[in-house]
Amino acid sequence: MKLHFTLNGEARTFETAPGERLSELLRRSGMLGVKIGCSTGDCGTCTVLFDGEPVVSCLMLAAQAEGASITTVEGLSRDGKLHPLQEAFLDEGAVQCGFCIPGMLLSSFALLEENAEPYEGEIRSALSGNLCRCTGYENPVRAVKRAARAMRGEEE
Amino acid sequence: MSRDHFHAVGKDIRKVDGVQLVTGAAAFADDFPKERMLHGKILGSPHAHATILSIDTSRAEALRGVHAVLTHENVLLAGAKGARQPVFERVAYTRAGQDYPEPSPWDFFLLDRKVRFVGDRVAAVAAETPEIAREAIDLIDVKYEVHDAVLTPREALAPGAPIVHDEPDARNIEDAGKNLCAAVDVHLRDLEKGLAEADLIVEGSYTVQRVQHAQLELHTAISYLGGDGRLTVIAATQVPFHVRRQLAQVLGWPVGRIRVIKPRIGGGFGGKQEMVIEDLCAALTLATNRPVRLELDRREDLVACRCRHAMELTCRTGSKKDGTFTAMELTALVDAGAYGSHSPTVPTNTGNKNLPRYRCPNMHYKFDAAYTNLVPTGAMRGYGTPQGSFALECHIDEVAEKLGIDPVELRIRTTVRAGDKDELSPHIYEVKTESPGPVDPSEGAGWPIDSCGMEECLVKGAEAISWKEKRSAFDEWNGKNPVLRKGIGMCCLSQGSGVAGIDTANATVKLNEDGSVNLFVGAADLGTGGDTVLVQMVAETLGLDAEDVTIYAADTDIVPFDSGAYASSTTYVSGGAAIRAAEEVRDDLIAIASKLLGESSENLVLENHAVFSSKSDKSIPIRDVATHSMYKEKEQIEHTARFVSPVSPPPFAAQFAEIEVDTESGEVRVVEFVSAIDAGTIISPKLASGQVDGAVSMGIGYALFEEMPVDSSGTQLMRGLNDYKIVKADGMPRLKTIFIETYEPSAPFGAKAVAEIPTNGVAPAIGNALKHALGVRLRELPFTPERILRAIGKME
Repeated sequence: MKLHFTLNGEARTFETAPGERLSELLRRSGMLGVKIGCSTGDCGTCTVLFDGEPVVSCLMLAAQAEGASITTVEGLSRDGKLHPLQEAFLDEGAVQCGFCIPGMLLSSFALLEENAEPYEGEIRSALSGNLCRCTGYENPVRAVKRAARAMRGEEE
Repeated sequence: MSRDHFHAVGKDIRKVDGVQLVTGAAAFADDFPKERMLHGKILGSPHAHATILSIDTSRAEALRGVHAVLTHENVLLAGAKGARQPVFERVAYTRAGQDYPEPSPWDFFLLDRKVRFVGDRVAAVAAETPEIAREAIDLIDVKYEVHDAVLTPREALAPGAPIVHDEPDARNIEDAGKNLCAAVDVHLRDLEKGLAEADLIVEGSYTVQRVQHAQLELHTAISYLGGDGRLTVIAATQVPFHVRRQLAQVLGWPVGRIRVIKPRIGGGFGGKQEMVIEDLCAALTLATNRPVRLELDRREDLVACRCRHAMELTCRTGSKKDGTFTAMELTALVDAGAYGSHSPTVPTNTGNKNLPRYRCPNMHYKFDAAYTNLVPTGAMRGYGTPQGSFALECHIDEVAEKLGIDPVELRIRTTVRAGDKDELSPHIYEVKTESPGPVDPSEGAGWPIDSCGMEECLVKGAEAISWKEKRSAFDEWNGKNPVLRKGIGMCCLSQGSGVAGIDTANATVKLNEDGSVNLFVGAADLGTGGDTVLVQMVAETLGLDAEDVTIYAADTDIVPFDSGAYASSTTYVSGGAAIRAAEEVRDDLIAIASKLLGESSENLVLENHAVFSSKSDKSIPIRDVATHSMYKEKEQIEHTARFVSPVSPPPFAAQFAEIEVDTESGEVRVVEFVSAIDAGTIISPKLASGQVDGAVSMGIGYALFEEMPVDSSGTQLMRGLNDYKIVKADGMPRLKTIFIETYEPSAPFGAKAVAEIPTNGVAPAIGNALKHALGVRLRELPFTPERILRAIGKME
């Protein structure tokens, strides 16, 4: 069946079958930043923004995306220029294996859209749906703070 | 030598694979699907111990879209469906990713008539879609003869126990008829004499559980045959060269016709130092002549992969009144699970990565590793060390208390110093390995400890957490008998850097005419930043920037051999190879520049993209030397070098935990955690501290809640990440990490290993803090609320 939604700012049409998960459709459509770590909604590696809200796309049917606006990590960088969050994750050594990073970036993006100056506790709460076994979350939390400063125009 | 002297080493640079990882570009095995690719699925055993009486695959094979169903009956004839490849023979092998010949027993078969744990391989399917493959699995009809299962090492070693490995063709098992997978019993001098000399003898016993790696990327492999008939496997593995060799062994193919490619890896922690699925994936490709993707789901990852060895440990220490140790003994009863991967070597480390950090003339270490009908154990971050660290470091605190000496002070008095020797390790090192290293294991011999910052770790760590102040303040607080108790505890640690005399690395450095270089390494960065560290080392050696170095890693067709990424070996062993290759390129550059500048080679150094004369100030850009070499002298400057170390220099550490424990709910909160670590020179500070942070988070799970319980049939109860919980972002304590930089003379730029040691001390530091808070010693991990309430008498 046909499906229409906006993917990373571009209105597109997709072919899907009943029962197909949104995570599967996105990966199949080349959005490889959508990772599959559990398929049960527990790990957060498949996090995407659904009309701006972070959701685990493995628990959504593709058909639910009809008419929605979906953002994946591929949509964060524009014209080859990295988003300040991506820059900050690189500069703070927040990327180890990187498998959880697309999901973390999108959860952080949604946080900073709503709250330009989050406290550490708010950052940790925003990232609590994104499991990471490598970093202990220290450098990612630092990176979100750094990106927030950069997005507020403060000098590093 | 200090960090200030270096321009690339000791600096923070962006991880070389960082951009692809933050943008979602193709990076991991599952990001490289092939045309006409089939999807594999494994049927796991529902029984812990059974013999397959019959398998009817006819309904599965009849399902539209199914291309192959492999079972123990037809695996030997796989390929009969018209493909060209040879028949597989029944071959005993190990899937442990270790140098050949593996010290692990060869006790595994591609598909066997007997199943030995719930989740063990029964059959495998390749089909057009994952859904069809799942459906086909459900259509396979298996009849089992179910046997009694053994679920603990004690049961397994009892006379008359069911035998897990009764097949005649397994090899290198210590005593299969007794379920004894591996054993070690070694003495340093005379334990009894040391005990007789002691003023005080303290004994204690401790129990540690199984835990799982829970890396975010699932085990994934994609295999295919090229037009030339060669087999390629893209695999999430820490050991591409060992996978290639073991694939050749089990498939009966020549190594030269197999290529293993390791792309980016989504975490391994030892779980991918093992050929978990690549053999079956490749077999499905050979059976179907089609590309096959095999990816385990999270349930399979938890119930049918590998986990940390559970152990029951005892410690006995004899000491003088001033704390001088006269005798130390550690014993371990080890649960190996159903197959013996890493079971001779992991428990070896339990002794030799723990006891030798103490000065003591008389030692005894012994372990028995028993087969059980549970998920096989294997390699996991720390590789046997955390189990021993928990037992020994809780025990040393018990000794300190009985002696009336502060735990930090006792460790300062009793731990090793630079210039000491590790006398124990040569006796027990890498049992069953045919090349135990070039060290003479006779009395008095030992591995030199050339760099040791242990004392400073203890002193600086204690300062950082305000040890003395909090120790007495919390005593006073707890004396008022509040519901919320406070505690502070600590421990000290040692590990190794690679496997001495065994781990081998090679690296090739190729110079381009513009002065940039290509670096080819077999090292298998599993997400730690290993590739970045190697690039920094080569850039440092050649006077280049990191951006001038492009790394190609872990493609067995292209790069030279490396043992793989385990035992904290990349910085030390693979780094040793990379700088040696770079030094040979540097020497060539200097020789040519010497001619071009008319200067003696001794005066020339590489700095800032040029060859400089320290005598005359003359210089020439490296790119000019490289261009001259390539087009005038017609010489491609390129060198391959190898490194294998006769020693495994230990990093040292002290860790400190401040906790609060609620005596009504039994819940523990870690408030602050301090790690003071001597890992030699720190090559990449933010990556190194990231290793510590992640290791501590893993250690907190080990200490407080991670475990893998089974029911009475041996079926594991943890089925997903909703019940097997790992630490989340809002569950971390305040962390402080201090690097005590020493210079290890045998190491590249003085750097030792950092990735494993910080996970070892979390459980004993918290255990010792609990003793401080509650006045009760907890001897069994994890410290769940139930265990704590029982320990303080608030629960039956």
